[in-house]
Amino acid sequence: MRKYDKLVTNAAGRIVPTIINGKPAVPFMGVGKYKPNGYRTAPKLASCADYPADGNKVIPNLKEALLKAGLRNGITISTHHHFRNGDLVATQIFDIAHELGFKDLMWYPSASFPCHESLTKYLEDGTINHIEGSMNGALGKFTSEGKMKGLGVLRSHGGRYQAVQDGEVHIDIAVIAAPTADPFGDANGVNGPAACGPLGFALVDSQYADKVIVVTDNLVPFPCVPWQINGNYVDYVVVLDKIGIPEKIISGTTEVTKSPDRLLLAEWSAKFCDEAGLIYDGFSFQAGAGGTALSIGIYFSEILRKRGWKARFARGGSNKYLVKMLEEGLVEYILDGQTFDLDGVRSMRDNPHHTWTSPFTSYNYHGKGNFSSMVDIVILGATEVDVNFNANVVTHSDGYLLHGIGGWQNTLFGKCVILPIPLFRDRMPVIRDEVTTICGPGELIDVIVTERGIAINPRRTDLIEKMKNSSLPIKTIGELKAEAEKICGVPAKPKFTDEVVAVVKWVDGTVLDSIYRIAT
Amino acid sequence: MENISTAGNKGKGVRSDCFITLELTKRGGIQLQVESKVAVMYGDDIRKNALEILDFFGIKNASIKIEDSGALTLVIAARIEAAIKKLMKTDQDYLFPVIDENLYKTTRDCNRFSRLYLPGNSPSLMINAGIHNPDGIILDLEDAVAPDKKDEARFLVRNALCGIDFYGAERMVRINQGQRGLDDLDYVIPYNVNLILLPKCERPEQILAVNKKITDIRHPASSIRHPVWIMPIIESALGVINAFAIAGSADNVVALAIGLEDYTADLGTRRTVEGSESFFARSMVVNAARAAGIQPIDSVFSDVGDMEGLRQNVLRSKALGFDGMGCIHPRQIVVIHETFAPTPEEIEKAKKIVFAFHKAQEKGLGVVALGTKMIDPPVVKRALNTINLAQKMNKLAENWRETYEEI
Repeated sequence: MRKYDKLVTNAAGRIVPTIINGKPAVPFMGVGKYKPNGYRTAPKLASCADYPADGNKVIPNLKEALLKAGLRNGITISTHHHFRNGDLVATQIFDIAHELGFKDLMWYPSASFPCHESLTKYLEDGTINHIEGSMNGALGKFTSEGKMKGLGVLRSHGGRYQAVQDGEVHIDIAVIAAPTADPFGDANGVNGPAACGPLGFALVDSQYADKVIVVTDNLVPFPCVPWQINGNYVDYVVVLDKIGIPEKIISGTTEVTKSPDRLLLAEWSAKFCDEAGLIYDGFSFQAGAGGTALSIGIYFSEILRKRGWKARFARGGSNKYLVKMLEEGLVEYILDGQTFDLDGVRSMRDNPHHTWTSPFTSYNYHGKGNFSSMVDIVILGATEVDVNFNANVVTHSDGYLLHGIGGWQNTLFGKCVILPIPLFRDRMPVIRDEVTTICGPGELIDVIVTERGIAINPRRTDLIEKMKNSSLPIKTIGELKAEAEKICGVPAKPKFTDEVVAVVKWVDGTVLDSIYRIAT
Repeated sequence: MENISTAGNKGKGVRSDCFITLELTKRGGIQLQVESKVAVMYGDDIRKNALEILDFFGIKNASIKIEDSGALTLVIAARIEAAIKKLMKTDQDYLFPVIDENLYKTTRDCNRFSRLYLPGNSPSLMINAGIHNPDGIILDLEDAVAPDKKDEARFLVRNALCGIDFYGAERMVRINQGQRGLDDLDYVIPYNVNLILLPKCERPEQILAVNKKITDIRHPASSIRHPVWIMPIIESALGVINAFAIAGSADNVVALAIGLEDYTADLGTRRTVEGSESFFARSMVVNAARAAGIQPIDSVFSDVGDMEGLRQNVLRSKALGFDGMGCIHPRQIVVIHETFAPTPEEIEKAKKIVFAFHKAQEKGLGVVALGTKMIDPPVVKRALNTINLAQKMNKLAENWRETYEEI
C-alpha cells in the first residue's frame, strides 16, 4: 500500500494527497465550505448477556485484556494525553504488542509527549505502522526524516472527535487510563493519586471503539462518582500499580512568565482587548496554558476588578490562576477541557461552577454548533505567521515537525483570535512570506501582538477603526516582518524533498496541508 | 602568542550568542565549521560572514569553529574579531556602520528616571532592551563582566552601539576603573555613545582624564560630533567627601550617581532596607549635584521580584531629592517611571501656579499671586518643572492652558 496518492492543489493553494494510507480524503475547500453527508458511524451492538451481571469486568493484567479485546496485526489502538508527560500506559501497550510480535498497528493518541519517545523503536521495527494524532519532539523528528512507514495524520482535538464520529478512523481498541474507576468501568479523573481533572479526550473512544479497556491504579467499589466515563461503554477493567507520574501530569509550563519580553506581550494583549472593547461585563475568554497566556489572565483580572465586571465563562486549560479568578468572582464558570495543576483538579471536583467539557461539546465541527465560536477572546501561540495571517503550530521554520495541533484549530472560531508572539526567537523571525505549514487559515486570525508592534488583520476593519487613536504601536504585518528581517537578516527556507510524510487535517476532516521530508 | 583562542559563550541557557574556537595554521586554507540552531535559515549567511571577516584581517590559513545559539550577525562578528585579536596584533577594526536609528543625541537635562544595566558580554539582554522604554540603557563593561571576558565584551559593546536599535533610550556605557577604563573609551567614543558612566569616582582629575581621552580619540575629524555626557558614580567615602568638586569638574558632567554596594563596603557596614547607613552619602550626592546644577541619581534596587519594595524605595529616593535611579530588570522600569512621575495632585497644584505665573507675565506684574498668597520664584520654577515633566510623560496635554479653568 502506498502511503499516499493523487496529489491535488486545495483551496489554501497547498498540494495535498487525496488518498491517505489507502483511504480517500477530501482536500480543504475553504472555511465552512465542506458539508458532510449521511449519518454518524455506529458502534457495534452489544448484549448484557455477554457481560458479567455482577458488573465485575476486572481482568488480571493488561496483556490479557488486550488479547481478549482482539489485539492483532494492523488494528488501531487509541490512548489519551490526560497525563501529559507523566503517562505510563501508552508505552506499556506497545511493549506488549511488540513482545507478542504484532505488526502494523496504528496508534491514535489524542496527543503525544516526550515520555513517548521510546515508541520510535516500534515505529522502526514495524510494530507501529504510523501515528494519527500528534507527533511531538522526537516522534516529529522521526516523521520529518521520512522514517515512519505509513503517512502521519495530524488532527485537532475537535478533528479527532469528528474523524471517529464520521467513520474516517475506526478504533479497534481504546485504552483509557483513569485516575479512579470501579469494576464496572465507570471512571473519573478528579480522584486518585494520578488525578488529572477531566477525561473528555477519551469520550469519543468510549462511545465508538470496538473494545474499551479502562486502566486504573485506584479501583473503588461501584459506583465511581462522578462518572466522566460510563461503564456501559467499557469491556474490561485492569488495575495497575501506577498509571501516571503525578508531578509530570502537572505540567511545568503553567507558571506565569518571568520573561520581561513575554510580560510585555501579555500586557499589550490585555490592553488591546480593553481598548478594542472586547472586554465587557459578561464576556468570555479562552485561557491558554503558556506563560504569556497565563499572564494575560492576570491583566484581565486587574481590568475586571477595577470596573467591577465579571467574565461569564472562561474556556481552558484551567490552573491555579484561573481557579483564583473563579473563586474571587471574576469568572462565573470555568468550562474545562484539561486541567494543568492540582488547584484545577480540586476546583473541578468541589466547585459546581467548574465543569468538565469534551472535544464533543467544545470543538466537534460536525455537530449542531460547539462552544468555541461563542468565545469573545481567544489567546493562542504559533511557531510562524505569514503576511496573510495564516499561522503554523506544528512545524518550525527549519522544517521539522515538532508539535501537535491540540485545540488550536478549533478555538480559531472564537470572535477575536489574538496571537501574542515574539517577533523573532533568538534569530528566527516569526513572520514569513508564507508559513512552512498552514494549520490555521488567515481569515480566522485577527491580531498578532509582538514586542515591536501589533498587526491587525486588514479584514477586521472594525478593530482597525477602534484602535485608530490607540497608544499601542499598531503597525502592518508587512512592517513588522521588515523590522524583524532588518535585525535578523532574511532567512533561507528549509530544503525538503517532494515526499509527503504527514498531512494536517482541518477541523472538518479535509486535508489542509502536507508536511514534507527534510532534505539531508 | 598562543595560536588557539576562544571567544563568546555557549552551553545551557545561552541564547543569541556564539562560541568561537580559532586556530591560526600555517597551511591548508580556511577550515570552517558551523554548528547552529538556525543553520537551516542562516547557515550560509554565517559562513559567508565568517570568511569575509577572516579575509578582512588577511588570514589565509586557519581552522575556525562557530557554535551558534542564534546570534545576530554583529554578535558573531564581535566574537570572531575578539578571537582573532587574541592571536594577532592588528590596527584594523571590523566595523558596522552606525545605523540611522542610533545617530541621535541627548540633551544635558533629558529625563534620566531609569537607566537599565545590561551586562556588556550578554547579547541576549541587549537586543530587546529598548522595547521596555527605559530612559537610558547602560552597556556595562565593568562589574557585570567577568574579568577574563572584559576584552571580548568591548567588541560586543562597540557593535551594539553601532547596530542595535535601542528605540531612543540614552545609550550609556559604564567603563572600567583606571587605565582599563580609559582604554575602553576607544571602543565606544567613535560610535555615538551618549553618556559615559565613570565608576568609583573620587577626584575631579578622573573626569579630566576621561575628557582628555575623549578629545584625543575624536581629534582625527570624526563624523559624529554629538556631546558625550559623563555621569560619575560615587561609591566610596572619599568620593562622597569630594562630591561637589566632582560634580562641577567639567561642563559635560550632567548627573551624579551613587553606588551603594561599594560605598557601604567602604564604610565597613552593610546595606539595609531602610538605608540609614547611606543617608548622609545620598544627601551629600543630592546636595552636591544640585549645587552644581546637575541631576542626582540614586543606586539600584536589587530585589527584582519585589515591586512594592521598589516602589517604596523610589518614593524615599524622590523625597530625598533624586531625579532617577538605576535598574537591573526591565520590569522595574515602569514602577520607577510611575513613581518618579508627578502625581495628579502635584500636577494640579503646578497648573494653578503656572497659570497664575503666565497671567502675571501677561499683565506685566513682577509678582506671582495665587489669591492673596504670594508665590516665591523657586516655587514657580519647581511648578514649571513639574508641568514640563508631566507633558514629557504624556500626563498632561501640551495645550492644557487653552482649556484650563481658573478656580
